[in-house]
Amino acid sequence: MRSREHLLVILFTSIVALVLNILPLPQWLQVIRPAFLVLAVLYWSTMAPFVAGMALGFVGGLALDVFQGSLLGEHALVLAFLTYLALRLNLLMRAKPIFEQSLYVLVALIAYETLLWLIDGWTGRSLSNPLRWVHTLTGALIWPVVVGVLGRFHSSR
Amino acid sequence: MAGFGTSVGRPIYGRGPSPGLRFTVYALLSLTLMYLDQRARWSERLRYGMQAAAYPVQVAVHSPAAAWHWFTDSFSTRSTLRAQNLELRSQVNALQLGLLRQRALERENEQLRELRQALPPLVKKWLVAEVISVDSGTLRQRLIIDKGARDGVHINQPVVDGFGVMGQVAHVGPWSSEVILITDPEHALPVQITRTGLRTIAVGSGNADELLLTYLAANSDVRSGDELTSSGLGGIFPAGYPVGHITGVRREANQLLAQVRAEPQAKIDRAREVMLIEFDPANPAAPVKP
Repeated sequence: MRSREHLLVILFTSIVALVLNILPLPQWLQVIRPAFLVLAVLYWSTMAPFVAGMALGFVGGLALDVFQGSLLGEHALVLAFLTYLALRLNLLMRAKPIFEQSLYVLVALIAYETLLWLIDGWTGRSLSNPLRWVHTLTGALIWPVVVGVLGRFHSSR
Repeated sequence: MAGFGTSVGRPIYGRGPSPGLRFTVYALLSLTLMYLDQRARWSERLRYGMQAAAYPVQVAVHSPAAAWHWFTDSFSTRSTLRAQNLELRSQVNALQLGLLRQRALERENEQLRELRQALPPLVKKWLVAEVISVDSGTLRQRLIIDKGARDGVHINQPVVDGFGVMGQVAHVGPWSSEVILITDPEHALPVQITRTGLRTIAVGSGNADELLLTYLAANSDVRSGDELTSSGLGGIFPAGYPVGHITGVRREANQLLAQVRAEPQAKIDRAREVMLIEFDPANPAAPVKP
């Protein structure tokens, strides 16, 4: 029962994150907008690794591909990889204070963007626009807020 | 992959296949998808279905903006409506004058070319679509519009607004389609400088108000203020549609190419409605697929 409840919460918050992720915004906001879906997926795969596994990352990534029109499977691959890492290292990360978690998240987001950048390059879409890296910083900065908000949804740790 | 993190991971993941195996499966799956999407047109069908699934979410995401527009439209005051009406009426007059002149010119043109029967109109059909979502990052300049294959939209269909060329249809779903704008860095548009007749290519810059003419030699005859129209090459846009005007030319002594910037004529980042055009292939001015 418990894990089914969990699953609903995870799906709901992930859909909200997806909407936040694709909401049309003015350009300057778009640049600093953190990748909400990636943060949500990271949170759930570290905090509830039994319920939200790689399937969440894969499906979420596919949704991003469809909505953003990127190469189909690109975000899916990278997000599945991030969830894989999160599943492997979740105990390590969960024990850390929030500030240190933010650093882990920063590293994860940089890895995420680097992989996307590489795939973009290999498939002939490479553009060395430095602005694409801005969201890794804002994402790490907003991590405590993500933990605070999503933490309300599941009391049992 | 098996040895990685075993001391921490193993005891917990008793159920199901190991994370490493699952990741391998997902990775293979996404790599296949990527390969198909990159190489084969086959994935267009998959995208078609997914675009249909995505449509409700896109509409939902757009709904606050739509509601706001509806609100401001329906509660606009009498005086603003009157002012708008006056402006529109004067615009109609001006356009009608222009149309008269154009008809005369068309007739004259026909006579000059000694065509027996009148040519079919260049534009066979046009369709107004509403913009339901805008993706205006520095890497992507796209629009989602509320017309799809059910309304007769097809891939590579030209998209214009009342001022000039906006872009072309990149992906089609049943009820919605994705438009790649001329300012998207992945988009290149064959253009012509009207003053000199020089043909070149305008590439998107990623900013909604800028195009780059990256293939002009440093000694080419181009200056600020020159008008750009579509050149008719490329088989998507007919010749002579307004594209923009040159805003800046920079030549450096040690570079072979000039750095030329242009501003699009179409209101790329402000349009709420766009027009999809279908050309009549019987008209000689219609673009022909190379």
